[in-house]
Amino acid sequence: METKPKILVLFAHPAQSRSEVNLPLYHIALDHKAVTAVDLYAEYPDFNINIEREQQRLCDHDVIIFLYPLFWYSTPALLKEWQDLVLEYGFAYGHEGKALAGKYFFCAVSAGGEEKAYQTDGFNHFTIRQLLQPLEQMASITNMTYLAPFTLFGSRTAREQHRVTQHKAKWHTLLDKLLNNKLDIQRAQQIENLADLCQPEGKTE
Amino acid sequence: MTGYFLYAFIYLVAAVIAVPIAKRLGLGSVLGYLIAGLLIGPVFGLVGDETSTIQHFAEFGVVMMLFLVGLELDPRSLWAMKNKLLGLGGLQLGLTTGLITATAMLLNQPFGISLTVGLIFALSSTAIVLQTFQEKALHQTEGGKSAFSVLLFQDIAVIPMLALIPLLAIPELATTANDATHHDSYNVVHGLSPWLYGIVIIGSVAFVTVGGYFLSRPLFKFVAASGLREIFTATALMLVIGISALMGLVGLSPALGAFLAGVVLANSEFRHELEANIEPFKGLLLGLFFITVGAGINFSILSETPWLIAGITVAVMMVKALVLFVIAVIFKLRDANKWLLTLSLAQAGEFGFVLLSFASQNAVLPQEVTSVLSLVVAISMFLTPGLFILFDKVIMPRYRAEKSLRAHDTIDEKGSVVIAGIGRFGQIVNRLLVANDVKTVVLDIRSEQIDLIRRIGTKAYFGDASKPDILHTAGAPEASLLVIAIDNKDTAAEMVKYAKHAYPNVKVLARAFDRGHGYRLKQLGADFVVSETYHSALEMGAEALRSLNIHPFHAERQKMVYKNIEDQQNDILYRAWLDDASGERVDNNYLKLFVELETLIADALKEDLHDKHSKMRGWTPPPKGYAETLSEDSKIDK
Repeated sequence: METKPKILVLFAHPAQSRSEVNLPLYHIALDHKAVTAVDLYAEYPDFNINIEREQQRLCDHDVIIFLYPLFWYSTPALLKEWQDLVLEYGFAYGHEGKALAGKYFFCAVSAGGEEKAYQTDGFNHFTIRQLLQPLEQMASITNMTYLAPFTLFGSRTAREQHRVTQHKAKWHTLLDKLLNNKLDIQRAQQIENLADLCQPEGKTE
Repeated sequence: MTGYFLYAFIYLVAAVIAVPIAKRLGLGSVLGYLIAGLLIGPVFGLVGDETSTIQHFAEFGVVMMLFLVGLELDPRSLWAMKNKLLGLGGLQLGLTTGLITATAMLLNQPFGISLTVGLIFALSSTAIVLQTFQEKALHQTEGGKSAFSVLLFQDIAVIPMLALIPLLAIPELATTANDATHHDSYNVVHGLSPWLYGIVIIGSVAFVTVGGYFLSRPLFKFVAASGLREIFTATALMLVIGISALMGLVGLSPALGAFLAGVVLANSEFRHELEANIEPFKGLLLGLFFITVGAGINFSILSETPWLIAGITVAVMMVKALVLFVIAVIFKLRDANKWLLTLSLAQAGEFGFVLLSFASQNAVLPQEVTSVLSLVVAISMFLTPGLFILFDKVIMPRYRAEKSLRAHDTIDEKGSVVIAGIGRFGQIVNRLLVANDVKTVVLDIRSEQIDLIRRIGTKAYFGDASKPDILHTAGAPEASLLVIAIDNKDTAAEMVKYAKHAYPNVKVLARAFDRGHGYRLKQLGADFVVSETYHSALEMGAEALRSLNIHPFHAERQKMVYKNIEDQQNDILYRAWLDDASGERVDNNYLKLFVELETLIADALKEDLHDKHSKMRGWTPPPKGYAETLSEDSKIDK
């Protein structure tokens, strides 16, 4: 992409008064002048999703990001509803459905468990990337380029351990890199956690 | 004058006593009227010669009935049944006439007499059959619809018969018979040349059709605007009587004219009001008609030649039933429907009397034949309720077990909804239903409102839905739902009470004005009650929260919590209200509970705002540090 890509952040959090990680990330995206950030639960509190509008939004952007807390190893309900309704046959997939082709897609998630829990021999048995395979396949069937999830582990204690500030900085860096086409897309597709590619400027990786 | 009152009183007493008893015994009202007539006529001799005069008057009930039948059939549905009408009706009339004529000729009767007798006996009794169908809710069944087609065809066929019979006159009889070939002295077309006669007939039919279509609406609107119910009734009567008079003047059947007018008005918004106004007159006149049939049974002739009359009656009914059964088989009527058609139309009809007197006036039938045949017609009509009882008690139970007639036929009626009140509330309900292809019947007492609704393409009718007869004609007995959305609190309550009483199987959804009114509706049996302001107020409250920058989803959730608590407490409050309303308690328990509800809701909504780990459920994360405990002791022992 030679021109500056347009970024869409679809934020899904049903209990924002309790959010310690996702809400700050959403606000960063909101304040970023080149990023469109959407609070899905605010826009569709009754789950009555406007399919037309959502599809138009997808068409208008080049990078699609799902921003959400991991709920039962999956997305919050409204984000699943969003997929079910918006990614229609003939639009997102199927012979005529090429609207999403070529776009970048990834998830920015917060996970309650520690990183070591999300291992084959850990408590959760699977890595985040493995757990997000349905979304990876969604990207594949819609011909989007799937990037590794941008993950914060141990999110319940991140604030107490002062890790949120660092995560926010990485998020900021990630958005900037995407905008300036500075992200190593090849590596971004292969690694486990996109956060590892987002050391803020001035620090070595 | 006193004499008239006395006669009227005798007739009414007989009806008032006999009909309810007959109904209770499961014999149907028609048999009740016939028995009443039998008692006051031949048995006790309370009434005499005037019965035949009264009968002519009472035949007007048949005219009204056909008007009402017409109202139920708009032109499109009449056109849709053309095959049935011509096929079933034509076959029945042709075959029956042929068989009876042939039989009579075999018995050495001359052709003219045989054919006349055949035509007379081919007719069935519209009055008895339709009345009974309505009473037993059989008119929507396949068999009932087929029977109706046959009856309608017969009623139309009476007109050419009236033209044909004079041609069959027997010269020897002509001298003794009355010279006046036309019994109606007001007939204006008598003596006109055939082509002029044709023009007059076509002209008057066109007048009824076009006039009914274009003139009736402004007239009814004008009358309805006056708000006087009795004037509306007068208008309805004026219409039917006027048409009958016109038809009589040009020598057509008044019944046919009324039927035509009914069809023309079937799409009118005043249809249900018209039906409701004519219905009582029709019922009374038909009752009177049946009484005169009972009273007219001539016991002296019957006792002179009992076997002859019994023989003819049985033979006629057997032939008619046989023909009907064959037709039912040809038209592939299933199960009980086949038997319904066969048994319901096996009698001779009231037009038989008309044709008999017409035939004897025209020197077609000798007087002694006429009196015997009159008796046969009357007795066969008398036996009809018995055949319906046979159908009800013997045939229906046999088919009911194996998925019967009603289960099949009510489908097209299913989902039909009567909406009472088409104001701001009813309109939304109606629009949602219609958009989902649900057939609705909309009633309102404001004729401007009806106009407005009709303009946007909704089928709406002017009528006071709180009147039981209007509710009935709007189809409440066959409806699956009744939606009550009328403004007047007391009327709404009365409607709920009446509807649940009269149609216990119809689900009633009622709009309440406020909580107290809602409880009253619930107490009276409404299946679902909603306060007219509840949901919109809740919506407004949520919007107010959002306007104060509370997250929309949180506002939505708070709304849900409010609803949940309200729902839970509503039952408790309702019971307290019932106690208080019945006056068994003096401590005003309801008020106390109401205050309690307020605090409950307030508490529930506040909890979540101030306490992050409240009892309120919904996306509550595990406690901080929970993740470490999990990974440390790995798995909980299984």
